Amino acid sequence: MKIDQGLDHLLRSVCKPGRYTGGEWNSIVKDWDRCDVRWALAFPDIYEIGMSNLGLMILYDQLNRQESVLAERVYAPWVDMEQAMRSSGLPLFSLENRRPLAEFDVIGFSLPSEQLYTNLLNMLDLAGLPVLSMARDERHPLVVAGGEAVYNPEPLADFVDAFVIGEGEEVVHELTTAIREVKQHKSSREALLRRLAEIQGVYVPRFYRVSYHDDGTVAEIQPTMAEARLPVRKRIVATLPPPVTRLIVPYLDIVHNRANIEIQRGCTRGCRFCHAGMVYRPVRERPVEEVLAAVEAILRHTGFEEIGLLSLSSSDYSHIERLVRELVSRYQGQHLSISLPSLRIESVSVDLMDQLEATGRRSSFTFAPEAATERLRRVINKPIADQDLLAVVEEVYRRGWKTVKLYFMIGHPTQTLDDVAAIADLAHRVRAVGMRAIGPKAQVHLSVSTLVPKPHTPFQWLPLADEADIRTQQEYLRDHLRRPGIKLNWHNPQETLLEAVLARGDRRLGSVIYRAWQLGARFDGWSDQFKIEAWRQAFYETGLVPDFYARRPRPLDEVLPWDHIDTGVTKRYLAQEYEASLRGEVRPDCREQCYACGILAAFARERQALLERAWGCPPLQHHGVRREAHER
Amino acid sequence: MNGDDLPGKAQEGPRQRLRIQFAKGEPLKYISHLDLARTWERIFRRAGLPLAYSHGFTPRPRFQIAAGLPVGVIGRAEWLDVWLTERLSPDEVRSRLQPVLPTGLEVGEITEIDLTAPSLQSQLRAADYRAVLRSQEPVEAIRARIEELLKSPTLLRRRRHKGGWQTYDLRPLIQSLSVQAGDDGEPMIDMRLQASPQGAGRPDEVLDALGLSWVLDRLERTNLRFEFDK
Ligand code: SF4
Repeated sequence: MKIDQGLDHLLRSVCKPGRYTGGEWNSIVKDWDRCDVRWALAFPDIYEIGMSNLGLMILYDQLNRQESVLAERVYAPWVDMEQAMRSSGLPLFSLENRRPLAEFDVIGFSLPSEQLYTNLLNMLDLAGLPVLSMARDERHPLVVAGGEAVYNPEPLADFVDAFVIGEGEEVVHELTTAIREVKQHKSSREALLRRLAEIQGVYVPRFYRVSYHDDGTVAEIQPTMAEARLPVRKRIVATLPPPVTRLIVPYLDIVHNRANIEIQRGCTRGCRFCHAGMVYRPVRERPVEEVLAAVEAILRHTGFEEIGLLSLSSSDYSHIERLVRELVSRYQGQHLSISLPSLRIESVSVDLMDQLEATGRRSSFTFAPEAATERLRRVINKPIADQDLLAVVEEVYRRGWKTVKLYFMIGHPTQTLDDVAAIADLAHRVRAVGMRAIGPKAQVHLSVSTLVPKPHTPFQWLPLADEADIRTQQEYLRDHLRRPGIKLNWHNPQETLLEAVLARGDRRLGSVIYRAWQLGARFDGWSDQFKIEAWRQAFYETGLVPDFYARRPRPLDEVLPWDHIDTGVTKRYLAQEYEASLRGEVRPDCREQCYACGILAAFARERQALLERAWGCPPLQHHGVRREAHER
Repeated sequence: MNGDDLPGKAQEGPRQRLRIQFAKGEPLKYISHLDLARTWERIFRRAGLPLAYSHGFTPRPRFQIAAGLPVGVIGRAEWLDVWLTERLSPDEVRSRLQPVLPTGLEVGEITEIDLTAPSLQSQLRAADYRAVLRSQEPVEAIRARIEELLKSPTLLRRRRHKGGWQTYDLRPLIQSLSVQAGDDGEPMIDMRLQASPQGAGRPDEVLDALGLSWVLDRLERTNLRFEFDK
């Protein structure tokens, strides 16, 4: 089908038409007819956000390296474009060959967050495809989904044919092979799904039956098919594959308009609220020489004027100082900015940024203490003393930064109003330090979000804070932070509730998502698009209670809707951490001492071929925990 | 770009100024002027050209695009000036640029010009546009309307200005306006509009005044006319 003629006319009437035209430098347009497996890589948010996502770029690179495979991108059209497409009957199409999505063999959705679920439904619908998995067959593309949100795939079980749990770099090729074979033999959709279910890391929800107790909690999750695994263990890559150096260079000003390179995956800090910290274990570092060579190649291939060094905790990359020193000396005078997110609150961080921002405007410096009292920081396992924090902040102001950004959360377990008051108090002290250092131009920006207890973390059993409490606490902060030089950001509690429900839900939620989408819900992560009424009505009609999912404390022995998904970290370890948290007990970085979280036992095979130090976990024979780590 | 780059101000040892003609084709017509500027910066960086930068907190590469193209308009003969810190032959620059240009951008003539020559923007006088229409209307009927329009001494139009509306006279900005039939009989409107620091006419406004904006198929800027062309 030809998209072009109709498209040009539509593009005249929508904002930012460049979102839909493709053709960017390094995008890959292959000969459609010479490829036998065709992937559409879909990101269910607008272009500017989707293009900032490194994960999708990695899969794009992996797939397009295969000669007979093509991968093309598609992002969610903004509401004006959606309307224009619907009224003119133009189906959702890919950016490269401008083919309707329905013509691909497989659509792979990347889902970093729960607020994108209705957009996934909407994109399938815009593609002219049945939204429900059961209504699709071999005439339709296979719909798969992966990403950080699908470690609890259940709420999307009705819509997605197969989930990929964990890291996609290797498993996409296994999927491709299976799709190719099934296509050659013209086998049924059922046959394809059975074949996929055998692949480690692939979860085909229709092959599992979930039964419930009378009170609505899950009784059991059982496979209904010999091929279906239980549990479904996530995939990891033993070693990080070489970084993508031919990154697509957007024309539009996207959210992170820079070349990103992942320097490290995983984190050993063990912050108890942190989903990424639990699900991306083990820590794998990229050798510093590889990073340096890749930066060189990226700049040559893209012309980007900014490089982002990505990791969950930059300070923990063991060669961070050397890397920064090298980059600064190599690129001095070449007008390259280097961004280094996720720095710990310590003076080394200030030294690092000092080198990176030696010239240029020093606008803001970001830290994430997450809690404002030392007691509560022990509960969440992110210990730092107030006086150390203030000393670092003082250094930041003295060295020329005018704004300190601080990230906090409310709703941590055991939190009292004193802990909330401490946020305001700490902000005032930070501002006072700034005033002393540089006078009234010192700014403090606070971002206060609400803890959403996420699956597969030590906090997974906890309830989301009550809405009335959240509002009271937000109001308290607003009232006490109305001061010059202090800015406060917070989140709409209803959006937080939806995030919590979707993150912690079971597969019955599918009918709520479906109904809310029918009633117009989409772009749920966009405050100006969020339609609470649609969700309210969808819950009402389906008779499901949001608080059952979001605000019910769950006993440790409850079967959780995501228990059949195995991240490698054991439920036992999570429970130990949860209990340690309630006792206010800190567990220092596990690179020093292993706590047998389970990851080594789960991925013993992957680790075998590697050097002992290849992962962040300490060599086992030096500690007395070897047996424990392998006991599951 | 912009003010920082005015000659004489904030220079990091520019040794050479090159004037590059380029075409912005169909695939790039929806890319805005600002986005195009960033695209050029990245092209220059990929090409490894020794760009001169402005000083200050946020140094910008020194190049100037003669005139912004409205979104949706193709540019056949656009111009930009770029300042380099090392001298390179125009042929060398061309051969470095050629392999790193995205589809939709083409480089034409490259000439060296005096470092202190006045800016392209200040020298710009007029722009030629061609609009290809889908209209079923006979060319004669359109021609009659054009003559009517050209006869009137004023053509008052409204445009957005600082959040409100402002009335302005489009007529004096139209230097020429004509219609002819293309190869397949499709009407083609050619116009020359003033484009100088004192004011610039917009081709879509002219088409709108002729009642033709609904049947516009393609709009392109075919030429830019500078003071030094005379
Ligand atoms: S196995 Fe031990 S060292 Fe490795 S991530 Fe788990 S707790 Fe940390």
